[in-house]
Amino acid sequence: MTHSNPLQRNLAQGLYELLSSMRFAISLLTVLAIASIIGTVLKQSEPYTNYIMQFGQFWFQTFEILGLYDVYHSSWFLTILAFLILSTSLCIYRNTPLMLREMRSFREHATESSLRAFSHQAEFSTTLPAEPLKQRLGKYLQGQGFRAKIGAPNEAGDVLIAAKAGSYHRIGYILTHTAIVVICLGGLIDGNIPLKAQQLLGWKKIETRDIPQNEVPAVSRLSPSNLSFRGGVTIPEGAGADVIFIHVADGYLVQDLPFDIMLKKFRVEHYPTGQPKSFESDITLIDKATKESVTRTISVNHPLIYKGIAIYQASFGDGGTRLNMKGWNLFSPKHESFDTKGAISQSTQLSNGDATYTIEFTEFRKFNIENFAGEDGGSSALDNFNKFFQTGSTKRVQKDLRNVGPSFQYKIRDAQGQAREYFNYMLPIQLEDRWYLLSGMRTAPNEPFRYIRLPLDKQSNIEGFMRLRAVLLDKQSHPEIARRFAEFALQGEQIDPKLLAKLADSTTKVLDVFASGGYESMAKFIEQSVPAAEQDKAAQTYLKILESAAVSAWHVAQTRAGQPATVDDETRHFVRESLNTVSDLFVYGAPVYLQLAEFDEVMASGLQLTRSPGKNIVYGGCVLLVLGVFFMFYIRERRIWLLVQSRAGTVLLAMSTNRKTMDFEQEFSLHKAQLANLIKG
Amino acid sequence: MELTDNSQDYNARPSFIKSLGWFDWLYALLLAGGSIYAFQLYGDYMDAYEKGILFLTAAGLIWQGWFWKPFRALLLTVAALSLFGISQYHGQLLRAEQAFFLKFFFGSQTAIMWMSALFVLATASYWLALLSRSDFIARVSSAITWSAVVMGFVGLMTRWYESYLISPDVGHIPISNLYEVFILFSLLTALMYLFYELRYQNRQLGAFVLLVISAAVGFLLWYTFDRQAHEIQPLVPALQSYWMKIHVPANFIGYGAFALAAMVGVAQLLSDKGILTSSLPAQDMLDDLMYKSIAIGFAFFTIATILGAMWAAEAWGGYWSWDPKETWALIVWLNYAAWLHMRLVKGLRGPLLAWWAVIGLFVTAFAFLGVNMFLSGLHSYGTL
Repeated sequence: MTHSNPLQRNLAQGLYELLSSMRFAISLLTVLAIASIIGTVLKQSEPYTNYIMQFGQFWFQTFEILGLYDVYHSSWFLTILAFLILSTSLCIYRNTPLMLREMRSFREHATESSLRAFSHQAEFSTTLPAEPLKQRLGKYLQGQGFRAKIGAPNEAGDVLIAAKAGSYHRIGYILTHTAIVVICLGGLIDGNIPLKAQQLLGWKKIETRDIPQNEVPAVSRLSPSNLSFRGGVTIPEGAGADVIFIHVADGYLVQDLPFDIMLKKFRVEHYPTGQPKSFESDITLIDKATKESVTRTISVNHPLIYKGIAIYQASFGDGGTRLNMKGWNLFSPKHESFDTKGAISQSTQLSNGDATYTIEFTEFRKFNIENFAGEDGGSSALDNFNKFFQTGSTKRVQKDLRNVGPSFQYKIRDAQGQAREYFNYMLPIQLEDRWYLLSGMRTAPNEPFRYIRLPLDKQSNIEGFMRLRAVLLDKQSHPEIARRFAEFALQGEQIDPKLLAKLADSTTKVLDVFASGGYESMAKFIEQSVPAAEQDKAAQTYLKILESAAVSAWHVAQTRAGQPATVDDETRHFVRESLNTVSDLFVYGAPVYLQLAEFDEVMASGLQLTRSPGKNIVYGGCVLLVLGVFFMFYIRERRIWLLVQSRAGTVLLAMSTNRKTMDFEQEFSLHKAQLANLIKG
Repeated sequence: MELTDNSQDYNARPSFIKSLGWFDWLYALLLAGGSIYAFQLYGDYMDAYEKGILFLTAAGLIWQGWFWKPFRALLLTVAALSLFGISQYHGQLLRAEQAFFLKFFFGSQTAIMWMSALFVLATASYWLALLSRSDFIARVSSAITWSAVVMGFVGLMTRWYESYLISPDVGHIPISNLYEVFILFSLLTALMYLFYELRYQNRQLGAFVLLVISAAVGFLLWYTFDRQAHEIQPLVPALQSYWMKIHVPANFIGYGAFALAAMVGVAQLLSDKGILTSSLPAQDMLDDLMYKSIAIGFAFFTIATILGAMWAAEAWGGYWSWDPKETWALIVWLNYAAWLHMRLVKGLRGPLLAWWAVIGLFVTAFAFLGVNMFLSGLHSYGTL
């Protein structure tokens, strides 16, 4: 015996009504759409430190509690989805029997009065006998694509012909709504709900430490039998992996794979313009259980699928390219270089007296395609517009793309942890007919690199510059340079030793000031020691002295090194540029300049591995959805009733549809006209 | 009893195949022949999917021409002009700026400029027709729109050819970046409008629909002259897939239909407020057209999103990654799903739905452009 509480029953009934109602479904669609926007505005699954920097501690925590860093996997978002599934399922459950009944029914029991209440109806009078008329009307309806049912005469002798077409329209309803449920369920299978549950129960824990994968404890590892996963791994050429990393919140989980993946070779091909054309990895899989091996080349858009696990080419990087470099100590005025080694993603220590620096090698590029076409004047929209009407094209051929060879990038971090980033080309680059080595520097990752040019000497070496720099910065050499310069400057005049000494003195002074901080310290020196009115003049004089003295310095440097020391215009130009560079190097901020001498490139391929058993369910749902949508929109359900009232000699036409469109109006008029013709006789 | 016999019936609708005339069959024959010829020429360079797409496209175009007769003439004209244009290149890209017919008519840049100019002209002309109530001017406007569509398609075809002239490995169907899809958008929107123009025998809405096309053309011109966007770029690896050939057009049928619906919505709202009411079609017709266009847009947008998901499963390693582009596609889809529910189930009509369709265009435009401009993600092929 059950006593159902009427209040409870009402509540349950009310809840059922609400959940299966259109209003609720539409509200869910709206809420889902708005919720989805959040995840597109806020970048998802970034490292947590980025969020802290962006929002500050308070908002970072608030947003974390709200699950905004991974909106689409947050419990509240999944709850909305669950409600959508529930609401749609109830809607199907509630309406399907009705729909199927409607589909099958001819509604052959319609009464005359109900037919007369239709908005689309007409009455014709006829002289034809009932039997042939019935046959004729039946055939007409069939010819028009209707299925008709001729009823038995009622007591008044009236016969109702009920016909319908386009019943599959209603199947469309069932298909689309079933599809939504199927797609959502398929998606949930591939989602991370089981993982979330395991995390909540404490069976799995996210690893946040940066440790080798084999040291990751079992609580942060997922077994190869895991139903669905999606993660990635980066493998250097010649190496292998049997795990992938699944990024979760601010850490990761290690997914063990049922096979080993070895990367033999990774290739990037380029178009002549330098854009990438293809990324390919030659990989070999070795099944741990069967020892079976599969060798295949995968590329973007062409994954390898092995036992339900799809392996994609996702990214690439450097796998530890080995670099041999020459270094110049920039803090001590020596011109000799030293040899040093490094590898990308590794770092080396460097010490200079009591200061230690860490050099972190971050990137190597085998080639760099740069556009050397200067900005020409004709690039405004208006000019291009005119050009188009003169030539029929706005194509420009002035692009001067050149491969300037390899480059590498590194960070130099001081003992306080402050880092500057450097970008050096391996080979000299020709700019305005002269050759330079370029080195870029920036103090923050979002800034562009600012480049200094190291001019090459006549032998196309950097040594000429380094030698000159060494003497310029070496205060002990300054008196010698000054004397040489003074003798040279006063050549041909009768040498007054006093004048000579005075000139040498002030030259030494200028050189000393320059050596302490380049042009900037010269400017400061002038500001402090010369009256304001004469500063301009003094600056010009000092510059002249510096430039000429630098030529002497060059002479001294060359002579000391046993190198040719003839001075010509080219030399003067070289010296002038060297002065600029020496001055720039004061703000370069690095204890060392590194020139790449040799490299041994090792690439790494970033693979993504996915197991998604729900995929085919989702695709099945998609097929249902498309079929359903077309059934709903392009099959129109129409019903026609013809009530043959032989006693009165009239035929009553009524027509209905569940979706009134203009096509329906037209069709009704057509039927009305044709039937009128037919019934007349 | 139920009638099941199949005897000859009164006024029976003739079967579709029997209703086809000789031109229909000639059209089908040319398309079938053309696709077989293309297959023989280039079949060796196609994978199985591309072969499938070639023949299914031919079948689809045959069906489209049979279903909508003016399409036959359009397709044959475009084909003839494109083939003539291509014959003028003599295999040299430079001839686009030298050969008379290429420089002034059919070179891809020139043809697209013609399209742009004609669309703008048609817009002005439709407005003149609407305001002066001149049927003659309206007919002229239709003719101009048709010509614009012809030139646009010819431009795309020669552009396709030009891309192969640059280098065989650069060659690709011209629907790969923002510049190219803007042309596609203009053409598909115009075609859908022309279809309904003939279907409803009503030319007054051209003034509104062509406005959105003109806006697209304005963007296209800015993009060409300011950003050099018309230069043919090779495909990045992620786009080198047969999926592009089906995903992108399906998407733009969707976008075009939504744009068309929104402009009809604008007309309906104006008419409702008593502006131009007597010049514009009846509310019923506007309402009907808006529904049909959203229905077709929704159907194709659904297909496009599904195709996109399948492509993503092949290129990005998952059919759904909640990438901003995917998410916004879902938002657009949800928006129109709600619109259709309101109309079909609740039976809602009138200004609210019209407003909704207009706002829907903004949501769609954000999914199409805004995502690329303001949000970052995997789908960053059409950045400004």
